[in-house]
Amino acid sequence: MTGDFLAQAKSGDRRSLARTLSALENGNLDIQHALSVLGPVPPSSQEDWQTLAITGAPGVGKSCLLDGLLRSWAQENIRVAVLAVDPSSPRTGGALLGDRVRMTVVDDVNLNGLIYLRSVATRKASGSVPVIVEDMTKVLLALGWQKVIIETVGAGQSEVRCAALADRIVVVEGPARGDGIQAEKAGLLELADAVLVNKSDLPGAELHADEIRESFELGIGSTPPVHLTSALQSTGVQEAAAMLLTLSSSGRSKRARWRERLLAHHERKILESPKLDEILEKLAKGSILLDEALQSIGGYQDE
Amino acid sequence: MSEPWRIVVAKPGLDGHDRGAKVVARALRDAGNEVIYTGLRRSAQQIVDTVRDEDARFLGLSSLSGAHQHLFPKVCELLKQQGLNDVIVFGGGIIPVDDREPLYACGIRAIFGPGTPTSEILEFIDQATQHENTGVGQDSDWYWTSSA
Repeated sequence: MTGDFLAQAKSGDRRSLARTLSALENGNLDIQHALSVLGPVPPSSQEDWQTLAITGAPGVGKSCLLDGLLRSWAQENIRVAVLAVDPSSPRTGGALLGDRVRMTVVDDVNLNGLIYLRSVATRKASGSVPVIVEDMTKVLLALGWQKVIIETVGAGQSEVRCAALADRIVVVEGPARGDGIQAEKAGLLELADAVLVNKSDLPGAELHADEIRESFELGIGSTPPVHLTSALQSTGVQEAAAMLLTLSSSGRSKRARWRERLLAHHERKILESPKLDEILEKLAKGSILLDEALQSIGGYQDE
Repeated sequence: MSEPWRIVVAKPGLDGHDRGAKVVARALRDAGNEVIYTGLRRSAQQIVDTVRDEDARFLGLSSLSGAHQHLFPKVCELLKQQGLNDVIVFGGGIIPVDDREPLYACGIRAIFGPGTPTSEILEFIDQATQHENTGVGQDSDWYWTSSA
């Protein structure tokens, strides 16, 4: 059964691709097995990125902007897959995945063969991107999608988990998001390889872009590009799309990225532990302590 | 339930009323499902592409404009053409009782009118997966008799 849809995904069947991604998400398919059928992930190089995370606060226009970027890339004949992440309810596990509402390019019959869009719920993972996205990305790359874009959950100042998963990080900002001090604060902006200040049709966008540039110049090393865009009026979007294609890594944050990777994998070990439910039950009852719980899951790692 | 159902909620055609679709999407979400909402004014082809790319188990169609007799069968036809026979389709909106029989014949497994409690839709989701072969292109003759 698994072999069937893997083979069909390899021959280009989109439904089988979708099924492969679901099987990964549901823990029914091992990534090594998948790649043994689909073929290896093409090697990445320092200069040319394969995965790009688009992140930023809720409502700055990530999805609308991405819609415009996808249109530009598809017009250049580049095959792009998007994993659009939205949050799952911590209470019920349900999710409303609404990124498609903004993505009109997938409805363009001339371009939609070059674009694959998949909505992903965070499920049990904390942070703005579930780690399973890493495996989903590998499958997409192995199937010949040239670029994989990860659109994160609307993320706050210190949410940098996407750094664990993507070759490049683009932070989307908007006007009226606070004064220059906000740009000076530590966090997400420090890891950005590029910043797009969206909603440039609104007052204050240029000022905000200047504040971010100024903040970058106070730091050491190369400064990431800061571009103004208006997804609403399609201004600056084509230019941004071209700029992102050749975007190099700011290289400022290797250690920070590895720290995020380490934390993300640790979390995945915990979430995938077969003992998780039992341990949570015990914790809730108060019959074990947190340290004991961690030790118990640690034992699973060695197995 | 080990993993959530993925359910596409779609608005075919030119109808701009989406309160009902949003209420249903919210109820499905709160029951622990992953709901993909398409937004307004989608063509049958766009809806079927979404179901395919999102690997949805269910498709819910909403129409309040009176065009259901045209749009719903078209979506069902396209699903079958593309081999998405196992997707379970349900519909809702202003759909007179006399119009429902032909829709069931297309493979739609439930039609919910105004005033249907959302709990009934959840009950349908549960039942539809317990019966066999309830996909749009499968041969079960089961369908849900709704209260409204």
